[in-house]
This record gives sequence, C-alpha cells and structure tokens, in this order.
Amino acid sequence: MSDFQRDPRSTPEPVLTNMWRIRKFEEALEELFARGMLHGTMHLSIGQEATAEGACGALQPGDYITSTHRGHGHTIAHGGQPMLMMAELLMKDTGYCRGRGGSMHIADVASGNLGANGIVAGSMTIAAGAGLTQVMKQTGRIVTCFFGDGAANEGSFHEAVNLSAIWQLPVVWLCENNQYGMSMAQELSTAGGSVAARASAYGIEGVAVDGNDVFAVHDAVAAAAHQARSGGGPTIVECSTYRYRGHSKSDRNLYRTQHEIDEWRDERDPIARYEHRLETEGLLTVSDIDRYRRVAADDIRQAVQEALQQPDATTTDLAESAYA
Amino acid sequence: MPETSTYAAAVRAALDLLLRHDDRVFLAGEDIGVYGGAFGVTDGLLASYGADRVRDTPISEDAIAGMAVGAAITGLRPIIEMQFSDFVVNAMDPIVNQAAKLHFMYGGKVEVPLVLRAPGGGGTGAAAQHSQSLEAWFAHVPGLKVALPSTVQDACDLLLAAAADPNPVIVLEHKLLYKTEGPFTLPASPNEVTEPLGRARVTRPGTDLTIVGYSIMAARALEAAELLAQQGIDAAVIDLRSVRPIDHDTVRASVTKTGRLLVTHEAPQSAGVGAEVITGVVESDALDYLLAPVERVCGLEVPMPYARELERSVIPQVDDVVAAAERLMKA
Repeated sequence: MSDFQRDPRSTPEPVLTNMWRIRKFEEALEELFARGMLHGTMHLSIGQEATAEGACGALQPGDYITSTHRGHGHTIAHGGQPMLMMAELLMKDTGYCRGRGGSMHIADVASGNLGANGIVAGSMTIAAGAGLTQVMKQTGRIVTCFFGDGAANEGSFHEAVNLSAIWQLPVVWLCENNQYGMSMAQELSTAGGSVAARASAYGIEGVAVDGNDVFAVHDAVAAAAHQARSGGGPTIVECSTYRYRGHSKSDRNLYRTQHEIDEWRDERDPIARYEHRLETEGLLTVSDIDRYRRVAADDIRQAVQEALQQPDATTTDLAESAYA
Repeated sequence: MPETSTYAAAVRAALDLLLRHDDRVFLAGEDIGVYGGAFGVTDGLLASYGADRVRDTPISEDAIAGMAVGAAITGLRPIIEMQFSDFVVNAMDPIVNQAAKLHFMYGGKVEVPLVLRAPGGGGTGAAAQHSQSLEAWFAHVPGLKVALPSTVQDACDLLLAAAADPNPVIVLEHKLLYKTEGPFTLPASPNEVTEPLGRARVTRPGTDLTIVGYSIMAARALEAAELLAQQGIDAAVIDLRSVRPIDHDTVRASVTKTGRLLVTHEAPQSAGVGAEVITGVVESDALDYLLAPVERVCGLEVPMPYARELERSVIPQVDDVVAAAERLMKA
C-alpha cells in the first residue's frame, strides 16, 4: 500500500484531472461573477494548481488540511465536492456552509478539511491544535496547513510553528509563496527572503521547492508527511508559485507588470508543464490528456448546473445558528 | 453535607473532576504546571494528570487560544487559561474570528467546545495592564458565551456548565475572590451540574429596589444590601452569573416587584453590560413599573491606576452601591 493517495507518476489520471478541475472551477466562477450571479469578492488560485494537488495527493485518507482565503483548490484537491462548493458560492442552502460562509469559509470537516480562513495566518494555530489532537488520540493522522507568503509575517506564524516544534506536532506547514501578499512583493515584505529558511530557527526542517512542479511538491510533502506521521515533527515546505489573477476582484495589477504575468503563465504554467512531462515521459498519451481535461471541464459544468438547481439559502433558522 | 472552600480551590475541584471524568479534557496555559498557575488555581493537577493533560505553554496567547480551537473542532475538550484576562488581547483573533464563528460560518457542521478561563478585575495594585474587566468585549460577540462566578460554589458550577456546553465559553474569574471562602458542595461528577449557562440568581429577595451585579460586584451588592437593611431599605440582589446570554426575565420579574433598578459592575460604565441589562427592562413591560430613573454604579472611565487610593476610587465599592441605593430611594 502506498503512503499517499495520488502520485503524479503512478496515478497521473486523477492528478491531472484534479488540476484541471481546480482551474475550470475558478474559470467558471469568473464567468458567474461576470454574469452578476455571485455576491462579494473571491480569491482565485489559477496558476497554483500544482501546489494544492501535489500537497493533498501526498496525504492519506483521514488526514486533515487547513486552508486559506484562496482555498478553492485545496478543497477540490482534498476531495471536496465541486457541486457543494459551487452551491455555497451561489448562495444555496445545500452549499457546504448553507450560504453562511461563502468563498472564504468553505469547510468539509467530515472529510478532514478544517476550513478555509479569511484571516491571514488564522488557520496556523488551529492546525497546531488539530495536530495536538492527533498526538493525544494517537490517530496516526497528520495536519497540512496551507498558508501564504504573507502569513509568514504574522505573529501567529511564529507562535504556531514554535508550538509545533516544541510539542513535535504532526503538521506540515505548506507555504504557498505566490510572490505577493496582496500587492506587497515577498522580497520587500519578508526579511531574510525565505520562509523555508526560517525553519532552522525552530530546529525543524525547511525545504523550498518549485511550487509549479507537481512532482516536486508531491515529493516534498510526501517526505514531510511521512516524517510527521512517524513522530518526527513538523516541516516547513515552501512552494514557489504564482497567481495569474489579481488578489481579488478589485485588483488592478498596479504592483506587477503584464510581462511578469505572461512569463509565469507562458513558461511556467503548472498544468502545461505537467502535461508536457506526462507526454514526453510516456506516462500518458495526448489523447488521454485531452480526455482528462474534458472530464474535468464536464465535472465543473455539471457542478454549476446542479448547484443552480439547489434551494436558496434560508433565513428560517438564521437567528439561532450562532450556537450549537 | 456542605463544606467550605476557597473560590480558587473550587475552580481547581471543577478542573479535577473534568480531567478525571473525561479523557478528552486537557488544560493548557502559561505556568499552569509545576508552578500551579499564577494564582495557584491549577496547583497539584500536573502531579495528578501528567504533562500531557496539564500542558504548560510558551508565552503565546494567540497560539494557546488558536490551538484550543483546532483541538476542539477535532474532538478534544480544551480548557485554557489566560494568566491575566488582559493578555487575551493577544488572542483575540482565535477567540473572536475563529472560535466564535466557526460553527455558524461552516454551516453548523462543526462545534467548538472550548473553555477559556481568565482572572480579571482590579484591586491588586497591578495597574492598567493586569486589572481590566473585559466581559463586555466578549458579550458583544455572537457565538461566545460569557460567565462570571461570584461565589465559591459558582466558581465550580459555572465552570462545569461551561465545559458541558458545545460552544466556546469565556469564564472570567475575579482575582480578589480567589482567596474568599464560602460554603461548597463538591459535585460527585461533572454531570451533576445540570443547570445550563445563562441563568441569573436572586441571591437576596427584597421589595424596595433591585440591585443587579455580577462577579465581585454581586458580592459587594449583597454586602450593600445588608447595610441598607439597617436603614430599613429592603434590597433585592440579583447575581447575573452570565453576561452572554443575559437572563433578562429574572431582572424584569424583580423590577416588577420593586420598581427601582440599580446596576453595578467593575468595568467602565460606557457601553458596558449594565446598559444592556437596563435596556432589557425598559424595552419590556417592566418599564411601566419603574418608579425612578435607574442608577449605574460602574468603573470610572480611566485605565486602572496603581496607587491604592486611586485604584480604590476607580473601582465601585460597597459604600458607592449603598449611596446610589439611597439616592434611588429618594428619587
């Protein structure tokens, strides 16, 4: 039995399909937004698919994740149902959060997704606590905490990573460094330049990988997960990646150049790179690749159609909903 | 047969019961292990239950509270301590943005059964950053519950009720009460306390006016009522016990009988819990029974000063409650 659910080498079909599902999901949201069918803003992860899928594929069923405000990809990669996500975004009662959470708060606790979080670094101390539960109940499960480069400059980052190190908690700290905390470039915001390098200050391992290379992400997270699961404590895995879209819908991209965006998209796109390797290494044929892309597109199209049929979020029991 | 205990020992007894009866329960906080807590509340629990369940933490209030949220949503029942309630300011994100909201925000699919204990209040000469009464902050947040024990028995019982609650509960103990003694019956198990949070208690019946307080001011209100009785003024005293939810019914019922209302708390008056208590009366039929304007006896609107006399002048004392009651009776 393999140590993880999916492997970009031995099980390319679900890996590639998931990466396309993430991209198609985000693209579908853009279209729905343009048609005025969504409420509020959203943070799209187009361009970051290899990080979400590479990391979640390297986990075992029952493992936990915590996610961020840019979390749709994590949820899909961790087994979330696009229809229930879409229903949430379309303000339906059957959505993951019954229309109370929306884009930034999708959670599927039953499947181990402890939730997206609208507070930068807000999930980091929560992940430490979820890790403590695994230790105290001896579950053999681990927690992977997604956080952004911006979160690394929050005090919560320090408190959570420190606690995880002194208590040897089974946590993988998965930094998605997409180069910008909203508009501030990581090189301007982050002393020392590297999030992974900060690990040494805590006496834990830190690795930096190409976050647009699904193989590299998978291998790094698989190793970190194995170490966490076997009692070796936490690791920081820093994945360098890039979001093609703005921070949110209000972003006018004043802090970066079109040339930079084009360069990442045309030369380092995580899906195109993966497809190229699958093809050149003979892991999949071109027609297989085309088919999986279509399967993903169909999945999302169907998710949107089904979600649109769902009953709207209801105020019926709203006033009593703050308490269990 | 009722025995006596100190308030601090009653808190410890509740923690001991919870640790003994529920292996999902664990304690975490600064210096709660071998040191026994800054006020000695957790003294001896480390020896009984070990470092796994009585966890000393680094001085990281954000991580203490956030860790508790993560542990609670994955099946444990954390009881955390903020060494001084003032330090909770460093943990407001996990309390207000996370603990209070996850159940609602995630569509009711998760519960956050955590208890945060913290000593609040002044009178110890610890000045502005170790003496605050912050209950109104938490009382303003849907998703949280806030309890403040004023008696030795409640120091135990409200904590047990908090631990049994599936929601995040803030229990604010008062530093000056820790060493007070009172009658105490130790429940045989945590399940013996079945009264849910949110019920006030009439601690003294009376017909002339209603004094509503909580925490140490509920105790001072009782003292004031005894002094007022010597003047022939028969004051009812209500210990609110919980400021979210607030038991408006008990207050209204008393005001309907007495026609006069005095509300007291140590926290500053503006936007305090007292305003909410009074509103609960004036927006109900009980308004028709009021014979005089209501009185508030609350903390002065300044940070807590250090010098003894200055500190004393900021915190409502028994005499202040008595004087306000006398004014109220003359109105």
